[in-house]
Amino acid sequence: MKISEIASILNGTILCCEEISGEEVFSACGSDMMSDVLAYVKNQAVLLTGLVNPQVIRTAEMMDMKCVVFVRNKAPSDEILAIARQSGIAVIKTAYRMYEACGMLYAGGLTGKAGE
Amino acid sequence: MPAGLQAKRVNELDCECLSYRFEVDGSNFTTAGEASVQVKRILRRIGFPPETIKRASIAMYEGEINMVIHAGGGIAELFIYEDKIVVVLTDHGPGIADVALAMKEGYSTAPDNIRALGFGAGMGLPNMKRYTDIMDIQTALGKGTVITMTVNV
Repeated sequence: MKISEIASILNGTILCCEEISGEEVFSACGSDMMSDVLAYVKNQAVLLTGLVNPQVIRTAEMMDMKCVVFVRNKAPSDEILAIARQSGIAVIKTAYRMYEACGMLYAGGLTGKAGE
Repeated sequence: MPAGLQAKRVNELDCECLSYRFEVDGSNFTTAGEASVQVKRILRRIGFPPETIKRASIAMYEGEINMVIHAGGGIAELFIYEDKIVVVLTDHGPGIADVALAMKEGYSTAPDNIRALGFGAGMGLPNMKRYTDIMDIQTALGKGTVITMTVNV
């Protein structure tokens, strides 16, 4: 699924790094605990979260992710977007809640399993 | 600093390697993780395999976050050799009372406000061990902790 399709399915807005929105991603994960993302996530390119702080972007960078989706209309600050821009990570904002957003992407073909 | 640690670090410095030093600010959670992001970029520039870079940078990131949460910041050093990457994290925090307990997945002494920031699930130290080939913890109560992590290339 392309990053632009994620934004479209979630009726969301791409807030930064729109230039990579044509890139394909193959799996995603959802969590508000960055500790769990660091411990349990493997090769997922998209992180859906309701947590908004700079560590979300840094955690995504550590995990080599390409896209962060902020759910529940959470708006990242300019500082957070600047960090994402530097890291080359696309940021999407959606009004959907975590459960719905994950379900919609899963139903659209973006699963939690990379390369399987 | 706990006794016996200085010598180890001097030995590291005597070796032929590239070294970098970062001050980790313990007073501001906003900047926590910045040093690890820089380290990841340094390792990418050098051209190590992506999986090696990921392991070293995640381990350092967990350690850096720990330093900010528990120890009021500290110093992070990176030593790059041809065949290994060594990260040394030094703090002057309270020390770890029970290292074996701290290594248990899910055990955490982090306060609720840290959990609200997305950390403190008790996965930091186990994760650091999981992602590295060697992890050494030297700690002394009331004095501080030095964690040395090696990732073989």
